[in-house]
Amino acid sequence: MTAIKSTDRAAAATSGSAVLKRFAPWIIAALFLLFLPVIFASGSALTIMNQMAITIVFALAYNMLLGQGGMLSFGHAVYMGLGGFFCVHLMNMVAAEEWFLPIPLLPLFGGIFGLAFAMVIGFFSTRRAGTVFAMISLGIGELIAACSIIIVVFFGGEEGISGDRTMGPEIFGLDFGSQIEVYYLTAAWLLVSAAAMYFYSRTPIGRLANAVRDNEERAEFLGYSQRYVRLISFCASGFFAGIAGGLFAINFEILTEENLNLVTSGTILLITFLGGVGFFIGPIIGAIFFTLLQTVLSLYTEIWQLYVGALFVLTVMFFPGGMSGLLFMHVRPYQLGKLNILFLPYLKTFLPATAAILGGVGFLEIAFHAKNASVGDQMMTLFWLTFDSHGLIPWLVCVLLAIVGGYLACRMAPLLRDAWDEANSLVAN
Amino acid sequence: MTAAIELMDVRKNFGLAEIIRGVDLRIERAERHAIIGPNGAGKSTLFNLITGKYGLTGGTIKLHGEDVGGLKPFEISRRGLSRSFQITNIFANMTVFENLRCGLLWSMGYKYSFWTLVDRQSRLTERAEELLEQINLGDRRDTIAGVLTYAEQRALEIGITIAGGADVIMLDEPTAGMSHSETAAMVQLIRKVTEGKTLVMVEHDMGVIFDVADRISVLVYGEIIESDTPEVVRASAKVKEAYLGSSLDEADA
Ligand SMILES: Nc1ncnc2c1ncn2[C@@H]1O[C@H](COP(=O)(O)OP(=O)(O)O)[C@@H](O)[C@H]1O
Ligand SMILES: [Mg+2]
Repeated sequence: MTAIKSTDRAAAATSGSAVLKRFAPWIIAALFLLFLPVIFASGSALTIMNQMAITIVFALAYNMLLGQGGMLSFGHAVYMGLGGFFCVHLMNMVAAEEWFLPIPLLPLFGGIFGLAFAMVIGFFSTRRAGTVFAMISLGIGELIAACSIIIVVFFGGEEGISGDRTMGPEIFGLDFGSQIEVYYLTAAWLLVSAAAMYFYSRTPIGRLANAVRDNEERAEFLGYSQRYVRLISFCASGFFAGIAGGLFAINFEILTEENLNLVTSGTILLITFLGGVGFFIGPIIGAIFFTLLQTVLSLYTEIWQLYVGALFVLTVMFFPGGMSGLLFMHVRPYQLGKLNILFLPYLKTFLPATAAILGGVGFLEIAFHAKNASVGDQMMTLFWLTFDSHGLIPWLVCVLLAIVGGYLACRMAPLLRDAWDEANSLVAN
Repeated sequence: MTAAIELMDVRKNFGLAEIIRGVDLRIERAERHAIIGPNGAGKSTLFNLITGKYGLTGGTIKLHGEDVGGLKPFEISRRGLSRSFQITNIFANMTVFENLRCGLLWSMGYKYSFWTLVDRQSRLTERAEELLEQINLGDRRDTIAGVLTYAEQRALEIGITIAGGADVIMLDEPTAGMSHSETAAMVQLIRKVTEGKTLVMVEHDMGVIFDVADRISVLVYGEIIESDTPEVVRASAKVKEAYLGSSLDEADA
C-alpha cells in the first residue's frame, strides 16, 4: 500500500507535466519581469523597479535567517553593504583596466565577499541562537558602520566611494549606460537568486534550518549540529545579501555608510516582517510594498515613516504572519468554498476601520502642517480638500471620524470573528 | 561481546547537589532494559548523561565499547544511539511527514547537503511514508505536528526517534499521561519498532514493564540498588523496602 503510493509519487515527479508545474511559477515570473518595462517604461518607474528587485533579493536573503533559520539579526545590512563596497572597488579596478571582469558578473563577486565575511562572523555568532545571536549581530553592525568612517581606504569615509558601471568591457554591445539595460540585468539576477534561494529551502540543509529553528535540541539528537546548521544558513544568507549589494553597486554606483548602518539593518527586518516570514513569497511582498511606500507615499507626505512604523507595530501585534500570512489564511476558507461568508463582515468592519484610519491620518497630517509649515502658510490640501490647518473644524472632523469609525469597527469585529470561525469550520452551512 | 551501553561509576552533580551518585550499569545488545525509580531519582538525568545532553561529573560511559563521555548529542546520535523525551520534543511547526523526514536525513547520508532537493529523493520519501504507516499516522501526513493530539504526538516522538535506524533506542516515559487503551497501543508500537534493537526505557507503569522488559534496574537517589530480571526485582526485599512494595503487588493483581 505504502510502496504503491510512493512509487506513484516518484513517477509523477518525473513526468513532463509535473516538471512544467514545478517550474511554472518561475516561468511566469520570468515573463512578468520581461514585460514589466513595457507597461512601466518611464525612467522613474525603472528606478523604482530596480530598487524593488534589489530589496527583494536582500529581503529573501534576510528571511533565510529570520524566517527559515529563526535567527533575528539586527545587523544584516553589513553583508549587503560590504558586498556592495567590494563591487564598487572591483568596478573601479575594471575601469582602470587592472582587471578584466564583465559587469554583469559583478554581483557574484559581491556574493562571494558577503559569504566570506559571513563565514568569519558566523563562526562565533552562530554558536547560539536567540538573544546572544541578536546581540552579536547588533554589535557587528555598529562596529562595521563605525569602521566605515575610520577605514577611509576601503569605505571612502563620509562621502563613501563611487564608481562607473559603464567603464567595463562591452558584452554583446551592452555598456549599461541606459537604465533599461540595468533593469534587465537586475531582473535576471533577481530571478536567479530567488530561484536559488527557493530551491535551497528544499534541500536537506534548508529543511534542517527549519528544524533547528523549531527545536534545536531535537535536531542535535538526530545527528545534526545546530551550530553547523545555523552557520551554513548564515553563510548562504550572507552570500545572497552580498549579491544584493553587488546589484546596488551597479544600480547606484555609490556606496556610503548608510548601506551598512543599523537603520538599513532595521529596515530590512521591518520589510521582511511586514511581508511575512512564514512563506517564501512574504519578503517579496514586503519589499514591493515597502518600496512603493518609500517612493510613492513619500511624495505625498513627509511623515510616511510614521505610518510605516505604525503599520509595523500593528502587524507585530495582530498579524504576526505578516501580509503573506494574512493572504494564506484565506486558503482554507477558499478550499471549503466559504470565502463568500466573509465578504459582508469584511465590508462591515473595514469601512468604519478605514474611516477611523483616515481620521487618524488626517489628524496627524493637520498637526504636522500646523506645526511645521512656514509662518503664514495655513492652507493645506489633504485628500483633494483644501482647508485651513489652524481652523477648528478640520480637527473636529478628524477626531470624530477616528472615534466613530473606531467604535463601529470594534463593534463589528466579533461579527467578523464569528464569520471567520464559520468559514474555517468543516461543518457545511 | 561488548555491551551496548556500559556505565562505570557515573556521577553527576548540579552545583552541590549530587544527583547521580556512582552508577554502574551494563546493558547487553538486543536487551530490553527498564529503568524504574521514584520521581526525582535521576532517571531522566541518567538519560541526559548517556545521550550527551549533560556533561559528566565523573565516570565513564561506553557505547558499543567506545568511550562517548564528553561527546555532543549529535556525535553520539551518529554512533547509533537515539532517544525520545519525557516531555514531547518534536518540530511543532513542521508537518508530521517533515518531522519524520528530518529524522531520516543523517542516517541516509544527506549530511548538510545543499545540492539535493528533498522532494526528488524517492527513497527518502518512501522511507518516511513507511515510518508514517508504522506509527499509524498515515492519515495525519500533512498535519502540522503542533496540533496533533497528545497520544499522536507521543507516537510521532517515537517515530522520529527510530527514524535514523539507531540500534540503541532510549525512551523516557513513553506512556506517561496516556489512557489505558493509548498505553496498550503504545506498547504494541514500541515492541514493533524496536524489534532486534537494544531498548532502554524509563517507565512507571508496572504492567508495561513486566510486559516488555528482560531486565530492570531500580534507581533510587542516584544509585542503582538492584539490576536483574523482573522476577528477581519483584522478589527483592531491598527494592520493596526502598521503593516498590505496593506497586509490585498491584502489578500482580
Ligand atoms: N539541569 C538541572 N539542573 C539542576 N537540577 C536538575 C537538573 N536536571 C535535573 N535536576 C534535578 O535532578 C533530580 C533528578 O531529576 P530527574 O532526572 O528529572 O528525575 P526523574 O526523571 O527520575 O524523575 C531532580 O531533583 C531535579 O531537580
Ligand atoms: Mg524523568
